[in-house]
Amino acid sequence: MAVVTSSGRRVTNRIAIAAILVITIIFLAPIYWIASTAFKPRQLATSVPPTVLFQPEVTPFVKLFTKRVQLRGPVDPEVYDAAPWWEQAIYDGGERVLRVGDSVQLSAYPNRFMNSLIVAITSTFLAVAMGTLTAYGFSRFKMKGEDDLLFFILSTRMLPPVVVAIPMFLMYRVFGMTDTHLGLIILYTAFNLSFAVWLMKGFMDEIPKEYEEAALVDGYTRLQSFFKIVLPEATTGIAATAVFSFIFAWNEYAFALIMTNRRAQTAPPFIPAQVGSGLTDWTVIAAGTFLFLVPVAIFTFALRGHLLRGVTFGAIRK
Amino acid sequence: MAGLARLEGDTRAAARGWSDLTIRNVFILPTIAFLIIFNIFPLIYSLGYSFTDFRASVNDPVNFVGLQNYRELLNDPNIWRNFTVTAQYVIVSVGGQVIVGFGLALLLNRKIPFKGLITTLLLLPMMMSMAVVGLFWKLLYDPSWGIINYGLGLGSFDWLSNPDMALYAVAITDIWMWAPFVMLLSLAGLSAVPSHLYEAAAIDRAGTWYTFTRITLPLVAPILIIAIIFRTMEAFKSFDLPFIMSGQPTTEMISIRLYKMAFQEWQTGRSSALAYIVLIVVLAITNIYVKYLNKVKER
Repeated sequence: MAVVTSSGRRVTNRIAIAAILVITIIFLAPIYWIASTAFKPRQLATSVPPTVLFQPEVTPFVKLFTKRVQLRGPVDPEVYDAAPWWEQAIYDGGERVLRVGDSVQLSAYPNRFMNSLIVAITSTFLAVAMGTLTAYGFSRFKMKGEDDLLFFILSTRMLPPVVVAIPMFLMYRVFGMTDTHLGLIILYTAFNLSFAVWLMKGFMDEIPKEYEEAALVDGYTRLQSFFKIVLPEATTGIAATAVFSFIFAWNEYAFALIMTNRRAQTAPPFIPAQVGSGLTDWTVIAAGTFLFLVPVAIFTFALRGHLLRGVTFGAIRK
Repeated sequence: MAGLARLEGDTRAAARGWSDLTIRNVFILPTIAFLIIFNIFPLIYSLGYSFTDFRASVNDPVNFVGLQNYRELLNDPNIWRNFTVTAQYVIVSVGGQVIVGFGLALLLNRKIPFKGLITTLLLLPMMMSMAVVGLFWKLLYDPSWGIINYGLGLGSFDWLSNPDMALYAVAITDIWMWAPFVMLLSLAGLSAVPSHLYEAAAIDRAGTWYTFTRITLPLVAPILIIAIIFRTMEAFKSFDLPFIMSGQPTTEMISIRLYKMAFQEWQTGRSSALAYIVLIVVLAITNIYVKYLNKVKER
C-alpha cells in the first residue's frame, strides 16, 4: 500500500513538474517575443508564419537612437563604403541617418529614457528618505489615532491616478508646472511615500527595541541611536523599498500621459505614441521596450526575497 | 500638542538632545504635511469645482450649479454602463488570476528543481510596465500576424477590434500580468500549512479532495482573500491596459471615461464630480481591505 502511494505521488510530481515547465514557457513567451523582435530584421517582425529562428542584428537599436528619413533613389557607392557599419545597415533598409554637420541627430528616445531616470531616481530618493523617518516614528512612538493616520497615508495611494490627476493638472497649470520634471517628481514622491511608510514600518518593527535601549544606556541620544543603530540594521529594508519605489515610478503611465507631452515626457507614454497607423516598425518599438524592461528584470531578480512583502505593502512578511 | 498620548520609552534620553516627542514630530509631520498638500488639498480644490460647470479649456465664467453634475452623472445610463464594464472586467480578470495563480501555487508547492528561479521568472510580468507590455500584446493579438492566432490556429480571429471579445482579450493580458501575484501570496499561504496536518490526514486515509477542502483551503483562505481584495482594487482602477490596447466602448472602464471627460472633452467640473463618485467607491473597498488586513494580522 505504502509503495503504491509513494509511486503514485511520484507520478503526480512528474506531471506537476511537466505542467510547470509548460506554463513557465507560455508565461515567458510574450517577454521572449519582445526581446527577439528587438533583434529581428524589419521584414521578419510581422512575418507569417512567425519567425522564431533568425540571424540577430542590432539595426533596430541604431534606428531607435537616430533620426532617419526615407532614401530617394540609390545611395552613392562611395558614400556607402565610407559610412560606418551601422549607417550602412540603415542604408540597406532604404533610409538614411539625418546629420547636422558631422554629428548624427538623435531621436527623442534617449531624452525620454533620461527623463524616466531623472524622475524615477529623484522621487525614489525623496520617498524613501521621508518614508524611513516616518516609519520609524510610527514604529517606535505611540500616537493617538495612529491607525487612522496610517489608513489616511495608505488611502492616498489607493486612488485611481486619473482622480488625483484632475486637480493636480489644474494646479500645475496655475504654477506652470505641467510638462516639468518637478511636477512628475512630486506626484511620484507622494504616491511612493505612502508605500514606503507602510513597507518600512514592517522592517522597523522587526528591529529589536533592545538594540536602541542598550545604546541609550551607553549614552547615545535617541537621534544618534537612530542613525548609528537603527539605520544600519534597516539597510536591506531600505534597499528593497527603494527598488520597489523606483519600479513604480519607472513604469507609471497615467500621470505621465496627462502631465507631460514633450520636455519631461517619460518612456511609458512615449513608446506607445510611436505606434502610428499603417507602417509601424515594430522592431524599433521592441528595441525601445527591451531597453526599458532590462532594469526592471534585473531588479526583480535582485528583489526576489522581498517580492511578497513589497507587493502587499508589507502586510505579509516572510 | 494636547491630546497626544504619552510617549513610551526613555525619558533619560530625552534629557539629552532632542526629546522623543520632538523626534516623533520631526519624523512624521513632514510626511503628513506633504501628503496633505499634494494629495488632500488638490482633492478639496476639485470638490469645489465638482459643483460648477467649469471647463479648463475655455475662459468662460464659472457658474455654481449645485448638485447638478452629480445628479446628471448618476442618472446617465452611459456612466452606469462604464461601471458595468468595470465590474465585468474586475470579475473576469480577478477570477482568472485566482484560478491561474492559485493553480500555479498548488503545482509549485512541492520539491522541484530550480524552484526559486522558476518562481522569479513567473513573477517577471507583474513587475513590468502595463502600458509598454500591453502595447506589445497588441502585436501578439494581431489578426494577420499575431503569434496567438498562429499558435492557437485561429486564422485571422479578431481579438481587440471585436466588441464582444476585446474585454476578454484585455483581461487575458491582465491575468498574464497579475496571476503571478496571486501565486506568490498563495505560495506563502500554502507553505505555512503545518505538515503534520497532512500527515494526520494521510494516516486517516483522507482523500485528496477531502484534504484539499478541509485542510488546505481553510488555511490558505485568509491570504487568498487578501490577494483578491487587493487585485479587485487594482482592477477597478484599471486604466493603462484597456486604454492602450483597445478603443472599444465595451472596454471603456470608469477610469477611461473619467480621463476622456477631463482631458479630451474638458468637462472639468463634471469630471471632478465623477472623480468623487469613483473616490468614494475606492475608499469603501480600501477600508474593507485594511479592516481585513488588521484582522488577519491579529491572528
